[in-house]
Amino acid sequence: MIRLLAFLLTLIPAIAAADEKIVLGLSQDEVSITASFTGSEILIFGAISRDEPPPQTTELGVIIAVAGPNVPVEVRQKDRVAGIWVNTDSAAIDIAPSFYAIASSAPLTDVLLPLEDLHNAISWGRVVRAVGQDAFAINEYTEAYMRIKQNSDLFQLLEGAVAIEGDTLFHTAIQLPSNLTEGDYKTRIFLTRDGHIIDSFQTEIPVYKVGIERWLYNLSQNQAALYGLLSLLIAAVAGWAASAAFAILRR
Amino acid sequence: MQIYLPIAEISVNIYLLLGIGGLVGVLSGMFGVGGGFLITPLLFFVGIPPAVAVATSANQIVASSVSALMGHIKRRGVDFAMGWVLLIGGIIGSAVGVQVFNILKQLGQVDLLVNLCYVIFLGIVGGLMMIESLRALMRSKRSGAPKRRRHNWVHNLPFKIKFRVSGLYISVIPPLMVGVAVGILAAIMGVGGGFIMVPAMIYLLGMPTKVVIGTSLFQITFVAAFTTMMHAITNQTVDIILALLLLIGGVIGAQVGAQIGMRLKAEQLRILLASLVLLVCIKLGLDLLIKPAELYSIGVLQ
Repeated sequence: MIRLLAFLLTLIPAIAAADEKIVLGLSQDEVSITASFTGSEILIFGAISRDEPPPQTTELGVIIAVAGPNVPVEVRQKDRVAGIWVNTDSAAIDIAPSFYAIASSAPLTDVLLPLEDLHNAISWGRVVRAVGQDAFAINEYTEAYMRIKQNSDLFQLLEGAVAIEGDTLFHTAIQLPSNLTEGDYKTRIFLTRDGHIIDSFQTEIPVYKVGIERWLYNLSQNQAALYGLLSLLIAAVAGWAASAAFAILRR
Repeated sequence: MQIYLPIAEISVNIYLLLGIGGLVGVLSGMFGVGGGFLITPLLFFVGIPPAVAVATSANQIVASSVSALMGHIKRRGVDFAMGWVLLIGGIIGSAVGVQVFNILKQLGQVDLLVNLCYVIFLGIVGGLMMIESLRALMRSKRSGAPKRRRHNWVHNLPFKIKFRVSGLYISVIPPLMVGVAVGILAAIMGVGGGFIMVPAMIYLLGMPTKVVIGTSLFQITFVAAFTTMMHAITNQTVDIILALLLLIGGVIGAQVGAQIGMRLKAEQLRILLASLVLLVCIKLGLDLLIKPAELYSIGVLQ
Protein backbone atom coordinates (compact mmCIF):
# COMPACT_ATOMS: atom_id res chain seq x y z
CA MET A 1 0.00 0.00 0.00
CA ILE A 2 2.74 2.40 1.03
CA ARG A 3 4.65 1.39 -2.05
CA LEU A 4 1.72 2.16 -4.28
CA LEU A 5 1.25 5.53 -2.60
CA ALA A 6 4.90 6.35 -3.07
CA PHE A 7 4.61 5.36 -6.71
CA LEU A 8 1.57 7.58 -7.19
CA LEU A 9 3.36 10.47 -5.53
CA THR A 10 6.24 10.24 -7.95
CA LEU A 11 3.72 10.24 -10.77
CA ILE A 12 2.12 13.53 -9.80
CA PRO A 13 4.85 15.92 -10.97
CA ALA A 14 5.16 13.91 -14.17
CA ILE A 15 1.47 14.34 -14.90
CA ALA A 16 1.56 17.99 -13.97
CA ALA A 17 4.62 18.49 -16.13
CA ALA A 18 2.93 16.88 -19.11
CA ASP A 19 0.47 19.76 -19.11
CA GLU A 20 3.21 22.23 -19.99
CA LYS A 21 3.21 23.15 -23.67
CA ILE A 22 5.47 25.25 -25.91
CA VAL A 23 4.10 28.27 -27.74
CA LEU A 24 6.66 29.53 -30.24
CA GLY A 25 7.57 32.68 -32.09
CA LEU A 26 10.31 33.48 -34.60
CA SER A 27 11.75 36.88 -35.48
CA GLN A 28 11.65 35.87 -39.15
CA ASP A 29 9.88 33.11 -41.05
CA GLU A 30 12.60 32.81 -43.68
CA VAL A 31 16.16 33.84 -44.43
CA SER A 32 16.71 35.44 -47.84
CA ILE A 33 20.21 35.35 -49.26
CA THR A 34 20.69 38.60 -51.20
CA ALA A 35 23.81 40.14 -52.73
CA SER A 36 24.53 41.96 -49.48
CA PHE A 37 23.93 38.89 -47.29
CA THR A 38 26.54 38.67 -44.53
CA GLY A 39 24.80 36.20 -42.29
CA SER A 40 21.66 36.55 -40.24
CA GLU A 41 20.50 36.47 -36.67
CA ILE A 42 17.34 34.56 -35.89
CA LEU A 43 15.52 35.39 -32.70
CA ILE A 44 13.64 32.41 -31.34
CA PHE A 45 11.24 33.14 -28.51
CA GLY A 46 8.30 31.43 -26.89
CA ALA A 47 6.24 30.79 -23.85
CA ILE A 48 5.33 27.76 -21.80
CA SER A 49 1.58 27.51 -21.45
CA ARG A 50 0.18 25.63 -18.47
CA ASP A 51 -3.11 25.29 -16.63
CA GLU A 52 -1.60 25.05 -13.17
CA PRO A 53 1.22 26.87 -11.39
CA PRO A 54 4.63 25.47 -12.41
CA PRO A 55 5.90 22.55 -10.33
CA GLN A 56 8.66 23.60 -7.93
CA THR A 57 10.18 20.19 -7.32
CA THR A 58 11.72 19.62 -10.74
CA GLU A 59 14.12 21.67 -12.80
CA LEU A 60 12.83 23.25 -16.03
CA GLY A 61 15.02 23.21 -19.14
CA VAL A 62 14.68 24.52 -22.68
CA ILE A 63 16.79 23.26 -25.59
CA ILE A 64 16.68 24.81 -29.06
CA ALA A 65 18.36 23.05 -31.98
CA VAL A 66 18.63 24.48 -35.51
CA ALA A 67 19.87 22.11 -38.22
CA GLY A 68 20.75 22.86 -41.84
CA PRO A 69 20.13 20.37 -44.65
CA ASN A 70 22.04 17.09 -44.57
CA VAL A 71 24.93 16.85 -47.01
CA PRO A 72 26.80 13.54 -47.36
CA VAL A 73 30.52 14.25 -47.11
CA GLU A 74 33.88 12.58 -47.09
CA VAL A 75 36.33 13.38 -44.32
CA ARG A 76 39.93 12.91 -45.40
CA GLN A 77 42.93 12.42 -43.20
CA LYS A 78 46.45 13.56 -44.04
CA ASP A 79 49.57 11.67 -43.14
CA ARG A 80 53.26 12.07 -43.88
CA VAL A 81 54.41 9.91 -46.77
CA ALA A 82 58.02 10.22 -47.95
CA GLY A 83 58.33 13.61 -46.29
CA ILE A 84 55.23 15.25 -47.70
CA TRP A 85 51.72 15.53 -46.29
CA VAL A 86 49.13 13.70 -48.36
CA ASN A 87 45.57 12.43 -47.91
CA THR A 88 46.01 8.82 -46.90
CA ASP A 89 42.65 7.81 -45.49
CA SER A 90 39.04 8.87 -45.70
CA ALA A 91 35.64 8.02 -44.28
CA ALA A 92 32.17 8.77 -45.58
CA ILE A 93 29.76 10.56 -43.25
CA ASP A 94 26.30 9.83 -44.56
CA ILE A 95 24.12 11.87 -42.24
CA ALA A 96 25.54 15.20 -41.17
CA PRO A 97 23.82 18.58 -41.04
CA SER A 98 25.70 21.29 -42.93
CA PHE A 99 24.84 23.64 -40.05
CA TYR A 100 23.93 22.81 -36.48
CA ALA A 101 23.40 25.06 -33.49
CA ILE A 102 22.17 24.02 -30.05
CA ALA A 103 21.18 26.58 -27.45
CA SER A 104 20.11 25.49 -23.98
CA SER A 105 19.04 27.13 -20.76
CA ALA A 106 21.78 25.35 -18.77
CA PRO A 107 24.71 22.98 -19.53
CA LEU A 108 23.33 20.34 -21.87
CA THR A 109 24.08 17.43 -19.52
CA ASP A 110 21.97 19.13 -16.83
CA VAL A 111 18.86 19.60 -18.94
CA LEU A 112 19.02 16.47 -21.09
CA LEU A 113 19.32 12.82 -20.06
CA PRO A 114 21.57 10.64 -22.29
CA LEU A 115 18.64 8.34 -23.09
CA GLU A 116 16.50 11.25 -24.32
CA ASP A 117 19.45 12.45 -26.38
CA LEU A 118 19.73 9.01 -27.94
CA HIS A 119 16.04 8.91 -28.87
CA ASN A 120 15.80 12.44 -30.19
CA ALA A 121 19.32 12.95 -31.60
CA ILE A 122 19.99 16.35 -30.10
CA SER A 123 23.68 16.65 -29.18
CA TRP A 124 26.41 17.06 -31.86
CA GLY A 125 27.61 13.50 -31.56
CA ARG A 126 24.09 12.18 -32.09
CA VAL A 127 23.27 14.19 -35.23
CA VAL A 128 26.49 13.38 -37.06
CA ARG A 129 26.38 9.75 -38.06
CA ALA A 130 28.38 7.52 -40.32
CA VAL A 131 26.30 4.59 -41.45
CA GLY A 132 27.40 1.06 -42.24
CA GLN A 133 31.06 1.25 -41.31
CA ASP A 134 33.31 0.45 -38.41
CA ALA A 135 31.88 2.79 -35.80
CA PHE A 136 35.01 2.65 -33.68
CA ALA A 137 37.42 3.80 -36.38
CA ILE A 138 34.98 6.36 -37.70
CA ASN A 139 34.72 8.18 -34.39
CA GLU A 140 37.80 10.33 -35.01
CA TYR A 141 36.42 11.32 -38.43
CA THR A 142 33.08 12.49 -37.05
CA GLU A 143 34.98 14.37 -34.36
CA ALA A 144 37.15 16.00 -37.01
CA TYR A 145 34.00 16.93 -38.94
CA MET A 146 32.52 18.63 -35.91
CA ARG A 147 35.80 20.39 -35.10
CA ILE A 148 36.20 21.80 -38.63
CA LYS A 149 32.55 22.89 -38.69
CA GLN A 150 32.89 24.54 -35.30
CA ASN A 151 35.93 26.50 -36.44
CA SER A 152 33.88 28.04 -39.26
CA ASP A 153 30.92 28.77 -36.93
CA LEU A 154 28.78 26.20 -38.71
CA PHE A 155 28.50 24.11 -35.55
CA GLN A 156 27.59 25.97 -32.40
CA LEU A 157 27.06 24.91 -28.82
CA LEU A 158 25.43 27.72 -26.87
CA GLU A 159 24.96 26.36 -23.38
CA GLY A 160 23.10 28.80 -21.17
CA ALA A 161 22.15 30.98 -24.14
CA VAL A 162 18.42 30.37 -23.68
CA ALA A 163 17.08 32.82 -21.13
CA ILE A 164 14.01 31.73 -19.14
CA GLU A 165 12.02 34.44 -17.44
CA GLY A 166 9.59 33.72 -14.65
CA ASP A 167 9.48 30.02 -15.54
CA THR A 168 7.27 30.95 -18.51
CA LEU A 169 8.98 33.01 -21.21
CA PHE A 170 12.13 31.94 -23.01
CA HIS A 171 14.20 33.42 -25.83
CA THR A 172 17.51 33.00 -27.61
CA ALA A 173 19.35 34.34 -30.66
CA ILE A 174 21.09 32.11 -33.19
CA GLN A 175 23.72 33.60 -35.47
CA LEU A 176 23.75 32.20 -39.00
CA PRO A 177 27.08 32.75 -40.80
CA SER A 178 27.22 33.80 -44.49
CA ASN A 179 28.49 30.47 -45.86
CA LEU A 180 25.18 28.65 -45.48
CA THR A 181 23.91 25.74 -47.52
CA GLU A 182 20.51 26.49 -49.03
CA GLY A 183 17.55 24.52 -47.74
CA ASP A 184 14.97 24.23 -45.00
CA TYR A 185 16.50 24.67 -41.57
CA LYS A 186 14.79 22.31 -39.16
CA THR A 187 14.25 24.05 -35.85
CA ARG A 188 13.36 21.97 -32.79
CA ILE A 189 12.50 23.17 -29.32
CA PHE A 190 12.46 20.78 -26.38
CA LEU A 191 11.00 21.44 -22.98
CA THR A 192 12.54 19.28 -20.26
CA ARG A 193 11.94 18.59 -16.57
CA ASP A 194 14.92 17.06 -14.78
CA GLY A 195 16.29 16.04 -18.15
CA HIS A 196 13.10 14.32 -19.32
CA ILE A 197 11.54 15.74 -22.46
CA ILE A 198 7.95 16.70 -21.69
CA ASP A 199 7.11 18.61 -24.84
CA SER A 200 8.68 19.41 -28.16
CA PHE A 201 7.89 21.68 -31.05
CA GLN A 202 9.23 21.60 -34.60
CA THR A 203 9.24 24.14 -37.39
CA GLU A 204 11.26 24.93 -40.50
CA ILE A 205 13.05 28.11 -41.47
CA PRO A 206 13.60 28.25 -45.24
CA VAL A 207 17.01 29.65 -46.21
CA TYR A 208 17.15 30.49 -49.94
CA LYS A 209 18.81 32.83 -52.39
CA VAL A 210 16.60 35.56 -53.83
CA GLY A 211 16.77 38.14 -56.63
CA ILE A 212 19.83 38.24 -58.87
CA GLU A 213 21.61 35.63 -56.75
CA ARG A 214 18.75 33.20 -57.37
CA TRP A 215 18.59 34.07 -61.07
CA LEU A 216 22.32 33.61 -61.67
CA TYR A 217 22.43 30.38 -59.72
CA ASN A 218 19.51 28.91 -61.66
CA LEU A 219 21.01 30.04 -64.97
CA SER A 220 24.34 28.38 -64.14
CA GLN A 221 22.56 25.12 -63.31
CA ASN A 222 19.89 24.99 -66.02
CA GLN A 223 21.52 26.78 -68.94
CA ALA A 224 25.19 26.13 -68.36
CA ALA A 225 26.32 26.87 -71.93
CA LEU A 226 24.48 30.18 -72.02
CA TYR A 227 25.87 31.07 -68.60
CA GLY A 228 29.40 30.22 -69.78
CA LEU A 229 29.02 32.36 -72.90
CA LEU A 230 27.62 35.21 -70.80
CA SER A 231 30.66 35.13 -68.50
CA LEU A 232 33.00 35.07 -71.52
CA LEU A 233 31.15 37.97 -73.13
CA ILE A 234 31.44 40.04 -69.95
CA ALA A 235 35.14 39.18 -69.73
CA ALA A 236 35.88 40.04 -73.36
CA VAL A 237 33.90 43.31 -73.28
CA ALA A 238 35.50 44.39 -70.00
CA GLY A 239 38.97 43.62 -71.35
CA TRP A 240 38.34 45.48 -74.60
CA ALA A 241 36.71 48.44 -72.81
CA ALA A 242 39.63 48.86 -70.42
CA SER A 243 42.08 48.75 -73.32
CA ALA A 244 40.08 51.30 -75.31
CA ALA A 245 39.69 53.58 -72.29
CA PHE A 246 43.43 53.56 -71.65
CA ALA A 247 44.15 54.24 -75.30
CA ILE A 248 41.97 57.38 -75.07
CA LEU A 249 43.61 58.41 -71.80
CA ARG A 250 47.06 58.20 -73.33
CA ARG A 251 46.13 60.45 -76.24
CA MET B 1 31.79 46.25 -47.98
CA GLN B 2 30.72 42.62 -48.25
CA ILE B 3 29.11 40.88 -51.21
CA TYR B 4 27.52 37.44 -51.39
CA LEU B 5 28.79 35.29 -54.27
CA PRO B 6 25.96 33.15 -55.71
CA ILE B 7 28.02 30.16 -56.90
CA ALA B 8 30.81 30.18 -54.31
CA GLU B 9 28.05 30.59 -51.67
CA ILE B 10 30.15 32.79 -49.44
CA SER B 11 30.25 36.46 -48.48
CA VAL B 12 33.53 38.26 -49.26
CA ASN B 13 34.88 41.82 -49.05
CA ILE B 14 34.53 43.63 -52.41
CA TYR B 15 37.75 45.66 -52.10
CA LEU B 16 39.77 42.56 -51.33
CA LEU B 17 38.60 40.96 -54.58
CA LEU B 18 39.24 44.16 -56.57
CA GLY B 19 42.74 44.26 -55.07
CA ILE B 20 43.53 40.65 -55.98
CA GLY B 21 42.26 41.27 -59.52
CA GLY B 22 44.36 44.43 -59.85
CA LEU B 23 47.55 42.80 -58.60
CA VAL B 24 47.24 39.86 -60.95
CA GLY B 25 46.29 42.19 -63.81
CA VAL B 26 49.52 44.20 -63.39
CA LEU B 27 51.58 40.99 -63.51
CA SER B 28 49.62 39.79 -66.51
CA GLY B 29 50.34 42.94 -68.47
CA MET B 30 54.01 43.02 -67.45
CA PHE B 31 54.96 39.43 -68.14
CA GLY B 32 52.35 38.10 -70.54
CA VAL B 33 51.32 35.42 -68.10
CA GLY B 34 47.64 34.91 -67.35
CA GLY B 35 48.34 34.94 -63.64
CA GLY B 36 46.34 31.78 -62.98
CA PHE B 37 49.15 30.28 -60.92
CA LEU B 38 48.88 33.29 -58.62
CA ILE B 39 45.16 34.09 -58.55
CA THR B 40 43.99 30.55 -57.76
CA PRO B 41 46.02 30.21 -54.53
CA LEU B 42 44.99 33.77 -53.53
CA LEU B 43 41.32 32.85 -53.91
CA PHE B 44 41.82 29.70 -51.81
CA PHE B 45 43.28 31.97 -49.16
CA VAL B 46 40.17 34.20 -49.16
CA GLY B 47 38.02 31.11 -48.59
CA ILE B 48 36.58 30.50 -52.06
CA PRO B 49 35.97 26.76 -52.61
CA PRO B 50 38.82 25.31 -54.78
CA ALA B 51 36.58 24.18 -57.67
CA VAL B 52 35.02 27.64 -57.96
CA ALA B 53 38.41 29.37 -57.62
CA VAL B 54 39.94 27.35 -60.48
CA ALA B 55 36.98 27.82 -62.84
CA THR B 56 36.44 31.51 -62.10
CA SER B 57 40.09 32.44 -62.43
CA ALA B 58 39.99 30.99 -65.97
CA ASN B 59 37.21 33.47 -66.74
CA GLN B 60 39.11 36.36 -65.16
CA ILE B 61 42.21 35.41 -67.18
CA VAL B 62 40.18 35.86 -70.39
CA ALA B 63 39.38 39.45 -69.42
CA SER B 64 42.87 40.51 -68.35
CA SER B 65 44.47 38.74 -71.32
CA VAL B 66 42.12 40.47 -73.78
CA SER B 67 42.88 43.81 -72.16
CA ALA B 68 46.65 43.28 -72.33
CA LEU B 69 46.47 41.68 -75.78
CA MET B 70 44.81 44.78 -77.30
CA GLY B 71 47.75 46.86 -76.15
CA HIS B 72 50.25 44.44 -77.65
CA ILE B 73 48.37 44.22 -80.97
CA LYS B 74 48.54 48.00 -81.31
CA ARG B 75 52.30 47.90 -80.75
CA ARG B 76 52.61 45.02 -83.26
CA GLY B 77 53.80 42.76 -80.50
CA VAL B 78 51.82 39.72 -81.62
CA ASP B 79 52.99 37.05 -84.06
CA PHE B 80 49.61 35.78 -85.24
CA ALA B 81 51.03 32.92 -87.34
CA MET B 82 52.89 31.61 -84.31
CA GLY B 83 49.85 32.30 -82.12
CA TRP B 84 47.57 30.14 -84.24
CA VAL B 85 50.05 27.25 -84.29
CA LEU B 86 50.39 27.43 -80.50
CA LEU B 87 46.62 27.68 -80.12
CA ILE B 88 45.92 24.58 -82.21
CA GLY B 89 48.43 22.69 -80.09
CA GLY B 90 46.92 24.18 -76.94
CA ILE B 91 43.38 23.01 -77.69
CA ILE B 92 44.61 19.48 -78.50
CA GLY B 93 46.65 19.45 -75.29
CA SER B 94 43.78 20.82 -73.23
CA ALA B 95 41.43 18.07 -74.42
CA VAL B 96 44.08 15.43 -73.57
CA GLY B 97 44.74 17.12 -70.21
CA VAL B 98 41.09 17.00 -69.19
CA GLN B 99 41.10 13.24 -69.78
CA VAL B 100 44.28 12.84 -67.72
CA PHE B 101 42.71 14.95 -64.97
CA ASN B 102 39.63 12.72 -64.87
CA ILE B 103 41.75 9.57 -64.64
CA LEU B 104 43.70 11.08 -61.73
CA LYS B 105 40.43 12.07 -60.08
CA GLN B 106 39.25 8.48 -60.16
CA LEU B 107 42.51 7.36 -58.57
CA GLY B 108 42.08 9.96 -55.81
CA GLN B 109 45.03 12.17 -54.84
CA VAL B 110 44.35 14.69 -57.57
CA ASP B 111 45.11 17.56 -55.16
CA LEU B 112 48.52 16.14 -54.40
CA LEU B 113 49.41 15.64 -58.06
CA VAL B 114 48.28 19.15 -58.95
CA ASN B 115 50.39 20.52 -56.12
CA LEU B 116 53.42 18.46 -57.12
CA CYS B 117 53.00 19.61 -60.73
CA TYR B 118 53.04 23.21 -59.53
CA VAL B 119 56.13 22.80 -57.36
CA ILE B 120 58.10 20.88 -60.00
CA PHE B 121 57.23 23.05 -62.99
CA LEU B 122 57.41 26.37 -61.20
CA GLY B 123 60.72 25.27 -59.68
CA ILE B 124 62.32 24.18 -62.96
CA VAL B 125 61.03 27.11 -65.03
CA GLY B 126 61.75 29.72 -62.36
CA GLY B 127 65.21 28.33 -61.63
CA LEU B 128 66.31 28.08 -65.27
CA MET B 129 64.96 31.50 -66.09
CA MET B 130 66.69 33.07 -63.11
CA ILE B 131 70.09 31.56 -63.94
CA GLU B 132 69.84 32.48 -67.61
CA SER B 133 68.68 36.02 -66.95
CA LEU B 134 71.39 36.68 -64.39
CA ARG B 135 74.00 35.45 -66.85
CA ALA B 136 72.56 37.61 -69.62
CA LEU B 137 72.53 40.61 -67.33
CA MET B 138 76.17 40.11 -66.38
CA ARG B 139 77.15 39.64 -70.03
CA SER B 140 75.42 42.83 -71.09
CA LYS B 141 77.20 44.71 -68.32
CA ARG B 142 80.62 43.45 -69.39
CA SER B 143 80.20 44.07 -73.10
CA GLY B 144 77.44 45.89 -74.90
CA ALA B 145 77.60 43.57 -77.93
CA PRO B 146 74.39 41.53 -78.35
CA LYS B 147 74.87 37.78 -78.64
CA ARG B 148 73.81 36.07 -81.87
CA ARG B 149 71.11 33.40 -81.37
CA ARG B 150 72.55 29.92 -81.74
CA HIS B 151 71.05 27.36 -84.06
CA ASN B 152 69.96 24.22 -82.24
CA TRP B 153 68.10 20.99 -83.11
CA VAL B 154 64.88 22.96 -83.40
CA HIS B 155 66.07 24.47 -86.65
CA ASN B 156 66.75 21.16 -88.37
CA LEU B 157 63.17 19.80 -88.52
CA PRO B 158 60.91 19.60 -91.60
CA PHE B 159 57.68 21.60 -92.37
CA LYS B 160 59.41 24.95 -92.10
CA ILE B 161 57.27 28.08 -91.99
CA LYS B 162 58.27 31.72 -92.06
CA PHE B 163 57.14 33.52 -88.88
CA ARG B 164 57.61 37.04 -90.17
CA VAL B 165 56.93 39.03 -86.98
CA SER B 166 59.30 36.86 -84.95
CA GLY B 167 61.89 36.87 -87.71
CA LEU B 168 62.06 33.09 -87.64
CA TYR B 169 62.09 30.41 -90.31
CA ILE B 170 61.52 27.17 -88.40
CA SER B 171 59.51 23.96 -88.50
CA VAL B 172 55.92 24.07 -87.18
CA ILE B 173 56.55 20.94 -85.07
CA PRO B 174 58.31 22.59 -82.10
CA PRO B 175 55.69 25.37 -81.58
CA LEU B 176 52.90 22.82 -82.02
CA MET B 177 54.54 20.58 -79.38
CA VAL B 178 54.97 23.54 -77.04
CA GLY B 179 51.26 24.29 -77.49
CA VAL B 180 50.23 20.70 -76.74
CA ALA B 181 52.47 20.47 -73.65
CA VAL B 182 51.17 23.78 -72.31
CA GLY B 183 47.58 22.72 -73.02
CA ILE B 184 47.98 19.48 -71.05
CA LEU B 185 49.54 21.24 -68.08
CA ALA B 186 46.99 24.05 -68.26
CA ALA B 187 44.11 21.61 -67.96
CA ILE B 188 45.69 19.67 -65.10
CA MET B 189 46.90 22.69 -63.14
CA GLY B 190 43.96 24.95 -63.94
CA VAL B 191 46.12 27.78 -65.30
CA GLY B 192 46.65 29.52 -68.65
CA GLY B 193 50.17 28.15 -68.89
CA GLY B 194 51.93 31.41 -69.75
CA PHE B 195 54.66 30.86 -67.18
CA ILE B 196 55.71 27.72 -69.08
CA MET B 197 55.05 29.02 -72.58
CA VAL B 198 56.96 32.31 -72.24
CA PRO B 199 60.29 30.63 -71.37
CA ALA B 200 59.67 27.88 -73.97
CA MET B 201 59.19 30.51 -76.66
CA ILE B 202 62.30 32.42 -75.64
CA TYR B 203 64.70 29.55 -75.05
CA LEU B 204 63.36 26.74 -77.22
CA LEU B 205 61.97 28.63 -80.22
CA GLY B 206 64.31 31.59 -79.95
CA MET B 207 61.60 34.24 -80.37
CA PRO B 208 62.39 37.87 -79.48
CA THR B 209 61.05 38.78 -76.01
CA LYS B 210 58.98 41.74 -77.24
CA VAL B 211 56.87 39.44 -79.47
CA VAL B 212 56.75 36.56 -76.99
CA ILE B 213 54.46 38.31 -74.51
CA GLY B 214 51.81 39.40 -76.99
CA THR B 215 51.79 36.03 -78.74
CA SER B 216 51.55 34.17 -75.45
CA LEU B 217 48.61 36.38 -74.44
CA PHE B 218 46.89 35.58 -77.75
CA GLN B 219 47.12 31.85 -77.06
CA ILE B 220 46.15 32.20 -73.37
CA THR B 221 43.01 34.21 -74.19
CA PHE B 222 41.56 31.40 -76.26
CA VAL B 223 42.72 28.51 -74.08
CA ALA B 224 41.27 30.24 -70.98
CA ALA B 225 37.98 30.84 -72.82
CA PHE B 226 37.86 27.15 -73.75
CA THR B 227 38.57 26.17 -70.13
CA THR B 228 35.88 28.53 -68.81
CA MET B 229 33.27 26.93 -71.06
CA MET B 230 34.36 23.43 -70.04
CA HIS B 231 34.02 24.30 -66.34
CA ALA B 232 30.71 26.14 -66.80
CA ILE B 233 29.15 23.21 -68.65
CA THR B 234 30.54 20.23 -66.74
CA ASN B 235 30.85 21.52 -63.16
CA GLN B 236 28.78 24.74 -62.97
CA THR B 237 31.55 26.30 -60.91
CA VAL B 238 32.09 29.63 -62.70
CA ASP B 239 31.01 32.44 -60.37
CA ILE B 240 30.08 35.36 -62.60
CA ILE B 241 29.92 37.92 -59.76
CA LEU B 242 33.34 36.87 -58.46
CA ALA B 243 34.74 36.99 -62.01
CA LEU B 244 33.27 40.46 -62.58
CA LEU B 245 34.89 41.87 -59.44
CA LEU B 246 38.24 40.26 -60.23
CA LEU B 247 38.22 41.46 -63.82
CA ILE B 248 37.36 45.07 -62.99
CA GLY B 249 40.62 45.15 -61.04
CA GLY B 250 42.30 42.91 -63.59
CA VAL B 251 41.68 44.83 -66.80
CA ILE B 252 42.87 48.09 -65.27
CA GLY B 253 45.88 46.37 -63.76
CA ALA B 254 46.75 44.76 -67.09
CA GLN B 255 46.96 48.16 -68.79
CA VAL B 256 49.18 49.53 -66.05
CA GLY B 257 51.31 46.38 -66.22
CA ALA B 258 51.75 46.65 -70.00
CA GLN B 259 53.05 50.22 -69.55
CA ILE B 260 55.53 49.15 -66.87
CA GLY B 261 56.63 46.22 -69.05
CA MET B 262 57.48 48.49 -71.98
CA ARG B 263 59.78 50.59 -69.77
CA LEU B 264 61.79 47.69 -68.32
CA LYS B 265 64.64 45.85 -70.01
CA ALA B 266 63.98 42.30 -71.20
CA GLU B 267 66.49 40.85 -68.72
CA GLN B 268 65.02 42.74 -65.78
CA LEU B 269 61.56 41.56 -66.79
CA ARG B 270 62.74 37.96 -66.86
CA ILE B 271 64.45 38.19 -63.48
CA LEU B 272 61.28 39.63 -61.94
CA LEU B 273 59.10 36.91 -63.44
CA ALA B 274 61.60 34.24 -62.33
CA SER B 275 61.56 35.55 -58.74
CA LEU B 276 57.78 35.55 -58.69
CA VAL B 277 57.55 32.00 -60.04
CA LEU B 278 60.13 30.78 -57.50
CA LEU B 279 58.31 32.52 -54.67
CA VAL B 280 55.03 30.73 -55.44
CA CYS B 281 56.96 27.47 -55.88
CA ILE B 282 58.57 27.80 -52.43
CA LYS B 283 55.23 28.63 -50.82
CA LEU B 284 53.50 25.59 -52.33
CA GLY B 285 56.47 23.37 -51.54
CA LEU B 286 56.43 24.39 -47.89
CA ASP B 287 52.69 23.62 -47.71
CA LEU B 288 53.50 20.04 -48.68
CA LEU B 289 56.38 19.72 -46.22
CA ILE B 290 55.13 21.49 -43.10
CA LYS B 291 52.70 19.61 -40.89
CA PRO B 292 49.25 21.16 -41.39
CA ALA B 293 47.41 22.52 -38.32
CA GLU B 294 44.35 20.43 -39.18
CA LEU B 295 45.08 16.94 -40.47
CA TYR B 296 41.50 16.37 -41.55
CA SER B 297 39.53 18.01 -44.33
CA ILE B 298 35.93 17.80 -45.52
CA GLY B 299 35.26 16.93 -49.14
CA VAL B 300 32.13 16.41 -51.18
CA LEU B 301 31.18 12.76 -51.48
CA GLN B 302 31.43 11.65 -55.11
